[in-house]
Formats: sequence, C-alpha cells, structure tokens
Amino acid sequence: MTTETKAESARRRPFGQWIRDWWNSQSRPAQWVMLIPLLLFVIALPFLNFAPISTEPGTDYEIALFNVARYALIAIGLNIVIGQAGMLDLGYVAFFAIGAYAAAVMTSRDSFLVNEYPWLVAIPIAIAVTMVSGVIIGTPTLRLRGDYLAIVTLGFGEIVRLLADNIDPLRGQIGFRDVGRPPGTYSNGEQIFSQADGKPWYWLTIGFIIVMLIMVGNLERSRVGRAWVAVREDEDAAELMGVPTFRFKIWAFVMGAAIGGLAGTLYAGQLGFVNNQRFDVVTSVLFLCAVVLGGAGNKVGVLLGAIVISYVPDRFQEIAQYKFLIFGLALVILMVFRPQGLLGARQRLLARGRWAYQRLLGRTEQVATESSLTEHREGAETP
Amino acid sequence: MNSQLVVLAQSGGVDWIDFNVQLLQDRFWANTVDGLSYGSIYALIAIGYTLVYGVLKLINFAHAEVFIVGAFAAYFTFSFLGYAPGVTLDTGVGPLIINLLAAAIVAAACSATVALILERVAYRPLRKHNAPRLVFLITAIGASFVIQQLFFIWRGANPEPAILLLQPEPVFEFWGARVMNVQIVIVTAAVIMLLVADTFVNRTRLGRGMRAVADDPATATLMGVNRDRVIMLTFALGGTLAGLAALFYIMQIPQGIYYQGGFILGIKAFTAAVLGGIGNLRGAVLGGLILGVVENYGQSLFGGEWRDVVAFVLLIAILMFRPTGILGETLGRARA
Repeated sequence: MTTETKAESARRRPFGQWIRDWWNSQSRPAQWVMLIPLLLFVIALPFLNFAPISTEPGTDYEIALFNVARYALIAIGLNIVIGQAGMLDLGYVAFFAIGAYAAAVMTSRDSFLVNEYPWLVAIPIAIAVTMVSGVIIGTPTLRLRGDYLAIVTLGFGEIVRLLADNIDPLRGQIGFRDVGRPPGTYSNGEQIFSQADGKPWYWLTIGFIIVMLIMVGNLERSRVGRAWVAVREDEDAAELMGVPTFRFKIWAFVMGAAIGGLAGTLYAGQLGFVNNQRFDVVTSVLFLCAVVLGGAGNKVGVLLGAIVISYVPDRFQEIAQYKFLIFGLALVILMVFRPQGLLGARQRLLARGRWAYQRLLGRTEQVATESSLTEHREGAETP
Repeated sequence: MNSQLVVLAQSGGVDWIDFNVQLLQDRFWANTVDGLSYGSIYALIAIGYTLVYGVLKLINFAHAEVFIVGAFAAYFTFSFLGYAPGVTLDTGVGPLIINLLAAAIVAAACSATVALILERVAYRPLRKHNAPRLVFLITAIGASFVIQQLFFIWRGANPEPAILLLQPEPVFEFWGARVMNVQIVIVTAAVIMLLVADTFVNRTRLGRGMRAVADDPATATLMGVNRDRVIMLTFALGGTLAGLAALFYIMQIPQGIYYQGGFILGIKAFTAAVLGGIGNLRGAVLGGLILGVVENYGQSLFGGEWRDVVAFVLLIAILMFRPTGILGETLGRARA
C-alpha cells in the first residue's frame, strides 16, 4: 500500500518540479541576484497601469495594489501560525483589528487619549500591543489542538469584535477619524502619504513584506523553525523529543499577531478611519482562504494566494459581488482535490543540512511533499 | 502623563459595562423561562453537531447553514400558506396545527436534504482520501460560506420581514414571569422531538448502528454495519432536527431570518454541545438549556449587547477547563 503510493507519487512528479530543483541548486547569492528583476518589477507595478493589469474603472489601481500588498503581509503572518506551526487560527482578524484600533487610539483626534502621538511612535507601540494580546489570547487557548483550537480562536475573534462594538470609548460604528500617517511632505508641502494616493502606501508595505520575508525565512531555518515543523507534524513526538511545544506555539502565535497588527495599522493609516465594521469572521475566513488557497507552509504559495484573494475581485468587477461565493467554492474544491493548496508546502532540509547535502551528494535534496496539512500518514487519527 | 491616565480611567474604566444585579433579581424567573425556550432551540441544533462529531469526529461547521436553510424553508411555507408580514391569521387551533406541521415537514426536509448534499459533495470525497481533520474543518467552512452567499445573492442582506404565526400572548404568570403561548408551543414541541431523537438513537436498530460506528468504526464495519449509510443517516437526523429548530426559531425571533442568521446560532449550539460533552446526545440537550438560561441571565446582568459575549466566554471557558463537558463525551457506551 505504502510503496504503491510512493511509486505513484514519483511517477506523477509535481508540476514545475524542474524549476524548483534548478532554483534549489543555485547558491544563495545567485538566488538573491536573480530576485532583483522581480523586485524591480514589483516596485514598478504602480506605473504599469494599463490594459491587462489595471483594475476596472471605479477601483483605484494603486489602492488595489496596496490592498494586495496588505493581504500578502497578512498571509505571511497567518502562514506562520497555520503553515509553520500547524495551528488553525480562525480569529486572526482579531490581531488585525487590535493593530488598527491601537494605531487609531494613539493617533486620532477623536481618541480618549489627550495627546496625539506621531505615527512613528504609535506603530511600534501598536505592534507591541498586538503581541501582548497574542500572549493573552494564546496562553489559555494554545493548550487545545486541532479543531477545538480553531473554534476557540474563532470565539476570541468574535469577542474582540464585540468589544469594539460595545465599549463606548472605542466609538463603535462612529469610529476614529484622521488616523495618523507616516511623516513626510513633498517639496510643494503636500503630504506624501495621503488617502488618495496608494503608491507610497504600496511601497511602504512592500518594504515591510521584504523585511518580514527575510525575518520569517531566518526564523524558519533556525531552531524556532525546526521546532514549529516538529509541532506541526506531531506534537506529542515533539514534546517527547524535548521541544518545549507550548513555548514555540506561543512564539508562532505572537509572531503572527505582530504581523497581523502591523497590517492593521497600515490599513487604518491608509483609510484614515477605523470603526467596528470589517473585523468579522468573514474577513478571518478570507485571510484563511489566502493562506490555504496558495498553500499553507509555502511562502511563495501564500503570497500567490493573497494576490488571488485581493486582486481578482478588484480586477474583475463583475465577479466582485460573488467573491465570497467563489472563494468558498474554491476552498471546498481545493480541499477535495488538492488539499495542499496551489503550491504545497515541502519538507526540506534547513540551512546547513541543505548545504551539506549538496556538498556530499552533488545534487539537491529530495523534497518530501508530505505534511500534516496535506496527506494522511499511517497511524494518524482520522475522522 | 498623569492627566492622561485620569482621562483613561474615567472613560476606559468601568463606564462601558454595568452590573445590574437588581434587574437580574427582578427578571430572574422571566429570564429562566425565556432561557429555556431559547435553550430548547439550541438543544435541537446542538444534537446535529454532537451526532456528527460522535460518528465522524468532525465539527460540521456548515450545520449553521443547514439550520438557516430550514428557517428560510419554513418562512416561505408560511407565506405560501397565506401568512404575511404584519398580518396574523386567526385560523383557530386546528388549521394552525396543520399549518405548523406542514412548515415543520418542509423545513425538516429541506434541512435534511442540504445536510445530505453536504455530506455527499464535500465530506465523502475527503473520507475516501483519509484527509486529516483540519482539511474537513476548512471544507466545512468553505461550504458554509457557499450556502450563506447563495442566500445573500438571492435574498440580499436585509432580514425577511417578520411573519407572526401566533400573536404572542401571556398564558399564565409564574412568579412574576409571564409565560407566552409561543414559548409553551416551542418547549413542548422541542421536548417531544428530543425524546423522539433520544429513543431513536438509544432504542432502535438504526440508532444502534450509529452508536456502534461512533464507538469503533472498524469493528462496526466488520460486524456488518454499513458505515456510509450510518453517516448519511446521522446527517439526515441532524438536519431534520435543525430544520425543526428553525421553525421554532421563526416563532421565537420572527425578524431573525437573513443570510448570516445561522452563524451565531451555530456557534451557540456548538457551545451547547461542548458544554454538555460533545458526542453525547443528552449532554447536548442539557448544554443547550444551560446555555439558553445563562445567556439570558447575562443579558439582564450586563445588558443586551453583551449577550453573545457571554456565550463566547462560556464556550472558551468550557473548552479550556473542561473540554469533555458536563456529562463527558461519548455517543455509544462510555469508553473506559
């Protein structure tokens, strides 16, 4: 049974395998150099506002790009929790909301705080607040596993939303106006960051994405990343091997929270306004969709997922009103036919192991596609 | 800095939440009666969660949508029968019962059909792949989204205008709590349905098959139980009860029928199932009643806007401190 499936999977080599092999056989500096054109293309995107790429009239192309970048940032954060550490978080929007509200409370003139703080001060504090809330929400919930964890995070997400509804100083639907923006003016005195112009926001977010990708990539290849993989694949085995699973789960949760909070502050800043709308479960599921669609555990995959989730409804206006229906259908179809997502996660050697493999055998390592999120492993519990 | 803290304390302190103990005392019995009537609706939905969880170890996230399908079905049956928003037909008791039965049958049939379609289209292929549990949950979320959005596209975001079956009238007083005719109908009917469901699972041949699959699928299959058929039966039974719950829900909250109306009820029913011990049928009933009552006390104590928060906090507290629930989790006999 097992040998048969293995032979079968060897015969059906995944699409694009040779690209992946070739990429993995390049040295790191070579990979960096080859990424430069891609980076330039991404930076130039706001100027490529023409037929096939541009959004339809009625949707601002540059702001649509900013939203794509924002979703990409969120997907990177949520991917740490779902893809790396294997915890299904259905309340991720809570951190996004906390980030947005923290930024709004500190910078808006409607706030109950007497002083308004500048953006550069407010952002680190907002991120710190989301991280603390990650610890607060994570400490009690992360003892649970699997679907119970998913439901509890869903509950916390709803509680955060209801708190925003019910606590008067958070101003409910009236919301906070004039949320702070990054400093800087053009020579003619106009603000660089404004609500109308999406370009600076887009580039700022791309900058954050690059920093986060490097940071998360390093984390993945470190002790922390190995611990996350161990927890994802088999928590009991990891615990027995001496991995302090609870601590690393909290780590993953807090890292994810920080990135979600950062995305929230950017959202609040660009819009210039925060109220209690748009922090519901539907949004959480949309975030989940971005991660699962692209392939949980695969950084390129989740970026692709985020682009699909955010760009497609903006690009094709006629399907925008059906977007939730389409993404829901996509989730079901994908889970039935390709549960690992468009680009599945791959178990790889990390850092030095990869390098050693290359040196000793003269070829790249064999990449396993098996993971707890995709295929059934023998002996694992199934419904 | 100091002035800042003072302002924070004034505005962010305890202003935003009241503890109205007096109101809770005054309305204690009224809340209990209301709570039991809500609770019996939760209980009926919770059985759907608990049966599916018992048999498949799967949280059927889309059960909330199975429920809302029933609510829409019952609503349209009533409007077909001549009821309209703002008009109460004074038909007398006999025709009223017939109308109720007709709506009950339509709602139950629609809900059960949707539950079966879900099982067939979404879950069975996953079972064939031996997919992990999280994949089931994500599929369920996707399916739930699809059904919600279909209703959104069809009926829009606004709730359907309320149809009143029975003009709510107090029938008798009970320590200051007025018991409404609607509530009597709901609780009586729900109790009958719960007894029927309990007898079905515990006393009949089909129910024994369900308990066997819940207990040990492999052995049950070896003993000649058709697992796929049992699973279909489980979904059908859960759907039927959700459809009936939907009918009672219309009577309790006539203005609550809209595309997302199932979500919050689904979460609460799931809370009820976990509270009583998921996989445990009588636990689901107990959990539903407790949740309904506690939620109503919370509403008096903190104010109506905190009602859902009470339910969510209860859910989190149970899952963290006693995930096996009050009666322990099992559908078959207790596993040692």
